[in-house]
Amino acid sequence: MSIIIHKNTKILVQGFTGKIGSFHAEEMIKYGSNVVGGVTPGKGGITHLNLPVFNTVKEAVDQTGASTSILFVPPAFAADSVMEAADAGIKTCVAITDGIPSHDMVKIKRFMRRYPKDKKMGLVGPNCAGIISPGKSMLGIMPGHIYKEGKIGIVSRSGTLGYEAAQQLKDLEIGVSTSVGIGGDPINGSSFRDIIEKFENDDETIAVLMIGEIGGPQEVEAGQFAKENMSKPVIAYIAGLTAPKGRVMGHAGAIVSAYGESAIEKVELLKECGVTISKNPSVMGETVKKVLVENNLN
Amino acid sequence: MDIHEYQAKKILSDFGVKIPTGGIVYSPENAENKAREIGGSKWVVKAQIHSGARGKAGGIIICNSPHEVALATEKLLGKKLVTNQTGEEGKIVNRIYIEEATDIKHELYLGLVFDRPSESIMVVASTEGGMSVEEISSDKPESIMRLKIDVAVGMRKFQARELAFGLGIETELISKATDTIRGCYRAFTDLDATMVEVNPLVISKQNEILALDCKMSFDNNALFRMNNIAELRDKSQENPNEVYASDRGMNYVSLNGNIGNIINGAGLAMASMDMIKLAGGEPANFLDVGGGATPEKIVKAFKLISMDTKVKVILVNIFAGINRCDWVAEGIVQALSKIEIKQPLVIRLAGTNVEKGNEILKKSNINYIEASTLEDAANKAVKALG
Repeated sequence: MSIIIHKNTKILVQGFTGKIGSFHAEEMIKYGSNVVGGVTPGKGGITHLNLPVFNTVKEAVDQTGASTSILFVPPAFAADSVMEAADAGIKTCVAITDGIPSHDMVKIKRFMRRYPKDKKMGLVGPNCAGIISPGKSMLGIMPGHIYKEGKIGIVSRSGTLGYEAAQQLKDLEIGVSTSVGIGGDPINGSSFRDIIEKFENDDETIAVLMIGEIGGPQEVEAGQFAKENMSKPVIAYIAGLTAPKGRVMGHAGAIVSAYGESAIEKVELLKECGVTISKNPSVMGETVKKVLVENNLN
Repeated sequence: MDIHEYQAKKILSDFGVKIPTGGIVYSPENAENKAREIGGSKWVVKAQIHSGARGKAGGIIICNSPHEVALATEKLLGKKLVTNQTGEEGKIVNRIYIEEATDIKHELYLGLVFDRPSESIMVVASTEGGMSVEEISSDKPESIMRLKIDVAVGMRKFQARELAFGLGIETELISKATDTIRGCYRAFTDLDATMVEVNPLVISKQNEILALDCKMSFDNNALFRMNNIAELRDKSQENPNEVYASDRGMNYVSLNGNIGNIINGAGLAMASMDMIKLAGGEPANFLDVGGGATPEKIVKAFKLISMDTKVKVILVNIFAGINRCDWVAEGIVQALSKIEIKQPLVIRLAGTNVEKGNEILKKSNINYIEASTLEDAANKAVKALG
């Protein structure tokens, strides 16, 4: 198995006919993802990349049975599109869009709480690389070929650092069950904890690599969760050792403003939770390998 | 984006929060006239820079005559003020705010921020105004009240009232206090702020509730719909290289080291900086050229790095995903045909078509040091410092 997306997961593309949406939809289709159509308000009825375009997400879900969407809608309209997906019964929405205002994000999160647990949408992102279950389906903007099929779960804030990890693992002939980019924004859809919980419950995942960075409480929350609830080993790397306090390092969420948010503090707190730390970003793969050997999982 | 105190206070007054009478000036002559215009017998001359702790740095002067106001203004204008928040380079004072002095009875603290753990808006209030919130947290943590606001319904009156009573405000002033707190909340939500901090919020001897100082920050991602706020940006308060970068859509933070970085992706950029540090060097900057790393972006990045005189070695680290290493390599070759780089250059490419990319670099006439892994790149960059 894998988490969140599988071979037959039916995918809608929100912001389908735009330049970026088209490009990545094509890449996903080439990878083998089951893209069933897209949504661009006002362009319903046409065909794009040989797939139907709908005016609303509801209509698209009715006609295609899609359970999942990926969103390339520009920041000014993105919040509305996420809420539309939640209301139309989409189960997982991956928001690629970078630059959604924080005030919109808190409204999105509040809006999603309207729905009972069994009807509640899971949001991944925004400002993320998306999800890939290698060999099965790609719901994101990553280069698919750097991911080898396998049993390591990856969850990362950063896109490129997640690629770096996948490449290091591949070079060591270690594969990935699913890789999830949760994005660099201060308020995001799924937390590290949400994703590692899914990996714990996934039969095929044997260990989890978590790639965090400065800012916010999510890495440490995930560490606490792992300590109390996980049987599988967790390996982590935290970026931003040299980041000055109070400055935003590229990602809107990468800013140290409270205790426990700097890289050094996060590393210490994660160690206390029994998480194995990759001491630098060049040895993420090696550290995973070492943990696999120690736990007789290789 | 940060704004000045006087701008923040003007915004607060638009939302019904009372502020002392004051005005902005750019010269001592102006200042003297402004003091007369404001009236009264005591004034406060306040240097406008994007930093707190201005008082301790000598940026706030109390004056007893319009002439003193002029002298104080002359003393501050054009000076660099170094506070514990500006770094040693300080910030230039180009604007002076003159304000009537307030007879203070009580100093309170009121702040609004996003609370990341609860993903809601949080109001923080304390009876111990005038100190920084960090000082209050460590010295008088019991004085701090925190209140989470549900964004669907906004701040209700009873919530503001609870805070007001909690701050020990007298019964006859509760209604004024409630309006003040709700005004601050509306400013925060209506204007896409990420922080509104009124410190101190004072109760005067005349029983007025006044915002004596205010700091506001805004969400850069929301400036597209906040033209009135975007106009308040004062580039003189920012690092010039950072202004150059932000005007060209690059994420750049100037640091104190001497190894310049050109990297794609914020996470990878932070990780590369960490590797440099672990290898015994110090990064001169954080620079994320974005996922695309197109030739145009690489040219701009080289221009930006070459503006920084601290840089002794340049490290390029690109993980090519959808864009391929051969394109990136061509971009680097193009860039270096347009810009002359005197410093040693270390290049590490990874990802799609890495062999082709390295081949292109080798065949070009670029003088560079090839690196394979992140660690190798950092080690070679530090070694190249000599």
